[in-house]
Amino acid sequence: MAVTKEAPKKAPSLKDLSYKQDLFAGGHRLCAGCGIPPIVRQTLLASDYPVVVVTATGCLEVGTSIFPYTSWRVPWIHCAFENAASTASGIESMYRALKKKGKIDQEIRFIAFGGDGGTYDIGIQALSGALERGHRFLYICYNNEGYMNTGIQRSSATPLGADTTTSPVGEVIPGKREFRKNLTAIVAAHDIPYVAQSATIPARIMDLVTKVRKALDADGPSFINVLSSCDRGWRHDPADTIKITQLAVDTCYWPLYEVENGKWKLNYKPKEKKPVIEWLATQGRFKHLLKPENADIVRRLQEKIDRDWEFLLKRCAE
Amino acid sequence: MAKVVAYTGNMAAAEAMRQIDPEVCAAYPITPSTEIMQIFAQFVADGQVSTELVPVESEHSAMSACVGAAAAGGRVMTATSSQGLALMWEILYIAASLRQPVVMAVANRALSGPLNIHGDHSDTMGARDSGWIQLYSENAQEAYDNLIQAVRIGEHPRVRLPVMVCYDGFIISHSIERMELLEDEEVKGFIGEHHSLYPLLDVDNPMTHGPVDLQNYYTEHKRQQVEAMKHAGHVILEVGAEYGRLAGRPYGLFEKYRLEDAELGVAVLSSAAGTTKEVVDELRLRGVKAGALKLRVFRPFPAAELAKALSGLKAVAVLDRADSFGAMGGPVFIEVRSALLGLPKPPLCINYIYGLGGRDLLMVDIERVYDRLAEVAKTGKVEPLHDYLTVRT
Repeated sequence: MAVTKEAPKKAPSLKDLSYKQDLFAGGHRLCAGCGIPPIVRQTLLASDYPVVVVTATGCLEVGTSIFPYTSWRVPWIHCAFENAASTASGIESMYRALKKKGKIDQEIRFIAFGGDGGTYDIGIQALSGALERGHRFLYICYNNEGYMNTGIQRSSATPLGADTTTSPVGEVIPGKREFRKNLTAIVAAHDIPYVAQSATIPARIMDLVTKVRKALDADGPSFINVLSSCDRGWRHDPADTIKITQLAVDTCYWPLYEVENGKWKLNYKPKEKKPVIEWLATQGRFKHLLKPENADIVRRLQEKIDRDWEFLLKRCAE
Repeated sequence: MAKVVAYTGNMAAAEAMRQIDPEVCAAYPITPSTEIMQIFAQFVADGQVSTELVPVESEHSAMSACVGAAAAGGRVMTATSSQGLALMWEILYIAASLRQPVVMAVANRALSGPLNIHGDHSDTMGARDSGWIQLYSENAQEAYDNLIQAVRIGEHPRVRLPVMVCYDGFIISHSIERMELLEDEEVKGFIGEHHSLYPLLDVDNPMTHGPVDLQNYYTEHKRQQVEAMKHAGHVILEVGAEYGRLAGRPYGLFEKYRLEDAELGVAVLSSAAGTTKEVVDELRLRGVKAGALKLRVFRPFPAAELAKALSGLKAVAVLDRADSFGAMGGPVFIEVRSALLGLPKPPLCINYIYGLGGRDLLMVDIERVYDRLAEVAKTGKVEPLHDYLTVRT
């Protein structure tokens, strides 16, 4: 059967989305205040097409699939920790094979979710390979800046100075000694059609939905890195998740931007760029940084954020 | 009409894959199996197959893509050796427990370290508990025949397990032999249409695959894999008999060679079985009551059938092309000896490790095994139980 690709539908409003069936069921076991559920819910609501979802081992997987229950009203598979991208590439290849043979005629989209551990660290090879091979799928990293599922260990997404169980604050070492990796830029260097950084924040309520829709319409691989608070690991009141995420964006610690066919575009410029110390002060993992003897770490963090922000503005021709 | 060709083991495997024409093939190069995918990639480039070839960036991703593709709903194949199989390890278990009938050709090669590219069974023997069906092939013909049967065996509704078809690296993978091919249509008819269970691409009936499975269900799911392996034993026999009617080469769980009236027997798998059979013939000319048993199916292990086949012998030597360091012997020995101990009067059983890292096994080496067996039968002494056949002293 011949298949004609549907023209992209008009972007839905928040109200439109509220009438759609929620494909991510309630009753899952993710923590109160966890940043992941809004990311997943918005992603699934954003798609005009049926989707198949792959999830790496991690909080999202263990919190939503405890046998014999499932939170997923879409076809879903978990294979292992480091291979969400390669598992997705197999599914997408089978889809192309069956379409070629005329055994399937539906337009289907493929989405892989992985945490920062499964994406920045152990899964980066599988991700890079799948991006290079050009599989048409969207990879979403829910980035809570550490191995939270195993009990808050440092990853290469953990920022300088953060207190984690494997970069603990001690008598001689004041938390993580290295800067985080800029994975979004690394992915953008693969020259894939669509790359973005996002966050679920009130100031740009449709940011993620808009980006997911663009990503799913891209004719090739796409990637969205979404900051996702972990109130257990970041140590803040679960009620403050969204507020703290907003602050990450307003301090330019987590800028919202996209790279569409190689063109960098800033999506949100804070009216007033707040100092990073305001963001640090909201979380227990940075508590030690407020002491005078650690002022140099805060200074280094601020300098890095300023430098990265200036570079991003240039890249985005702002 | 059978077509007679001169093929290497790798050419035979690639040809079987061309005739099977799987929907997806994900693979990564590694000596000595690389050639399978090279030949197959040319089939893809020339439009001789409809397969989507996924040239992944590692074997870990190869097996992961195979699991994804199989769960999506369709036929999936791959090939590897040695370190590649080792890198797949984690996902081998997942493929089996997700009950995805992936078929994989393995050109057996020694595991590092030290680095060695030649044939031994340390790679697949290490994977014997991964939940995969394991078929071992003596030569290129058997590698070809086993691959075609593997599709039917793995996809059988009472089995639904992945299958690895093993043949010795270089000794078989790179040696040219005379063999017979089936016609494309015969293979197509034999393997039939693929039927998926709960495919991911059936978006109207969403299913959750690979959930977290805790104390209250995990044991039952493992037990189901055991049941599937039991069914596989019967299905392998059914498929082997049906294949015999098609190709004129019937397959069982193992091959008995001059065992009927034998007193001394050697149990061995893969290419060394051919050499062993030659030795049996020579010894028979000298009046030695020698026989051999060539194992084809190592998983599921045909314990009862094998014990029955060896029950009339006085002494049995098991030859292992891999060791299990610190164990009572090599992996095949441990299984065979356990199987024999269920007999009322079990034959005496000893173990020799041979051919590690591709070291040649000569007929004189095997003759020494039969000499030792004669002594074991005479004296009743089995010590040393576990020894090396070809090693510097």
